Amino acid sequence: MPVASIRSAVCLLGRFPALAGADLEVDDGEIVLLSGPNGAGKSTLLRLIAGLVPLHTGSATVLGHDLARDRRGARRSLSLVGHETFCYDDLTVSENLRFAARSAGRSASAGDESLERLGLARVAGVQHSRLSAGQKRRLALAVAFARGPRLLLLDEPHAGLDADGREVLDGIVSAAPAEGRTVLIASHELDRARALAHREVAVVAGRTREVAAVPRRSSAP
Amino acid sequence: MTSTYSPDGSAHSGGARPGAARVPRWSVLGAATVLALGVQAVLALWVAPADANQGDAQRLMYIHVPAAWLAYLAFTVTAVASVLWLWPRTRSVKWDLVAGASAEVGVVFTALTLALGSLWGRPVWGTWWEWDARLTTTAVLLFLYLGYLALRRTGDSPDERGRRCAIAALIAFADVPVVHFSVTWWETLHQEATVFNPKLETNITGTMAWTLLWSVVAFTILYVYLVRSRTQLAEMQEGLEERELANAIAERIETGESAVTV
Amino acid sequence: MRLLREAVLVAGKDLRIEARSRVVFAQVLPFGGIVLVLFAFALDPDRGLLPRVAPGLFWIAVLLASLLAVSRAFAIEADNGARDGLRLSGIDPAAIFLGKTAAVVVELLALEVVLGAGVVILYDVRVTGGPALLLASLAATTGLAATGSVYGVLAAGLRARETLVPLLVLPFVAPVMLGGTRAFEAALGGVTSEAWPWVELLGVFALMATTIGVLVFGPLLEES
Repeated sequence: MPVASIRSAVCLLGRFPALAGADLEVDDGEIVLLSGPNGAGKSTLLRLIAGLVPLHTGSATVLGHDLARDRRGARRSLSLVGHETFCYDDLTVSENLRFAARSAGRSASAGDESLERLGLARVAGVQHSRLSAGQKRRLALAVAFARGPRLLLLDEPHAGLDADGREVLDGIVSAAPAEGRTVLIASHELDRARALAHREVAVVAGRTREVAAVPRRSSAP
Repeated sequence: MTSTYSPDGSAHSGGARPGAARVPRWSVLGAATVLALGVQAVLALWVAPADANQGDAQRLMYIHVPAAWLAYLAFTVTAVASVLWLWPRTRSVKWDLVAGASAEVGVVFTALTLALGSLWGRPVWGTWWEWDARLTTTAVLLFLYLGYLALRRTGDSPDERGRRCAIAALIAFADVPVVHFSVTWWETLHQEATVFNPKLETNITGTMAWTLLWSVVAFTILYVYLVRSRTQLAEMQEGLEERELANAIAERIETGESAVTV
Repeated sequence: MRLLREAVLVAGKDLRIEARSRVVFAQVLPFGGIVLVLFAFALDPDRGLLPRVAPGLFWIAVLLASLLAVSRAFAIEADNGARDGLRLSGIDPAAIFLGKTAAVVVELLALEVVLGAGVVILYDVRVTGGPALLLASLAATTGLAATGSVYGVLAAGLRARETLVPLLVLPFVAPVMLGGTRAFEAALGGVTSEAWPWVELLGVFALMATTIGVLVFGPLLEES
């Protein structure tokens, strides 16, 4: 069963058709790269799958839930890393992560594990408002991870991360299939993302196009 | 350009224009409204006798009472249309537009009711305003629905606006009996404090009763006419926006295709 | 059970944020205080009017403060895309509503204690009928907080929401203003028996507002 199945999806941002008939099929355990220029609709596609943007026309099924009828059903089992951290300025890193873990129905310790894995232990007691931009990027990933998602939606996850953070991120993404996770990455850093992805889908002007299979860097001569 | 977008992803020109409504010019309903109001004016001003106690001031009743009836009718229709929008089987943009149109008419007639009540109260009560339960409830009602209309002006996509406003209309409607109950209760507690407080009522019989009945009917026809015209106008606006959207989708697809060929 | 646990989680989060940022304590409370002082300027203290109208002035001050408290409760969710985070979290929206409302109730009750003390000192009011005052405050505050949460999420993300929310909330809570004031008048006037019907009215209103919130918070959160 596919994790996500999108057909002829039209999504509106206000009165603007951010998606104008997009198709996407993602199987369990896949790592799929969404490439394309700015404003092509990559973020909207990810937000549609997360159930944040309503479907105007077309059909979309995510983790067995029909988004036209139920946008909430799939949410507990997925995480979206967007441009923002979804965190509260007045809470510490550790408090934010514990809240994220517990709100997904997991124990507070899942938040602590995520803290360790993203290398944020040093700033555990620091309030969100005092973090550097790079630390916030890591925290955004940690929040997504603390929820133990089956489907990980990453919107420009490399942007703003330091070299060390990128290594951690790539490690998490590569390990995802083995951990039973499916990953969708929207990225401009094509070399880095292509090395991780199983296949690539181009998003252009609100529609999608399968890109001919690119040989993975590891298997290149 | 009048291209429409179909789900298979193709853009084509011509065909039926979605939402293009006929421009209403002169209708039977419009004529009936004018006629009914004309007859009402004659009945209320010349045919019906002046009241024994209140004199000609009582003639305000022939507008005040139907206006109040119309206000409550309008808000009830708004609530019903909101339910029809929320109910998945009957959901249609039209119900949202009817709800909005009816609330607009309702607010105007609520304001009219208050203004006339105040004018009528001046000679009868001796004051412009009396904290009478019905008058006070109506005043709160006016503000409740002014808020609703303010909310209607904020949303962007029709679906978002529809849900938000339908819920807001139902919440406001649910509050009306509670407001009325609390205000009535408050008034009864203060009854002894009022020295001179005759109700805005007279013994209505014969010609006066018929005139009042006719006035209510005439205003109801006026209401139907106003809501229908307003809904038609809103539907045309909606149709225009739908066409703009279809164009925007087609344009976006074209950009994508030209980007590939380059 | 899950509903309750999630509601406690949300309320705990909001109260922790308030404990850190002290926006209600350091801004809304002084605001309520200055309103009480200004009322004394408007109604000359010498004429003995203040003690008689104290209940009404108290509830107006609370009502205005509650608008600010609700606005703060939803401003928290506006930063860093937190509202998206909340929608994505998978928490039952009814639990979010109950949690946020409970947090506002706790904040407002604390505020009412201080403003109440202010009324006693500034307006020379003698406190009688404690239980009626207590229950009336609890019911009225729940009604105000629940209404505020409903309209708070209704207007979240809209243009001009700062001005829209008061316009929507104030007419709706007219019965709370009426009930709270009459209940306090009766209790402070020594005729507690006359206060109970109003306390009941406030209870019915609180129940109605809470039920509405549980029902509509989900669909409204999706649109915000």
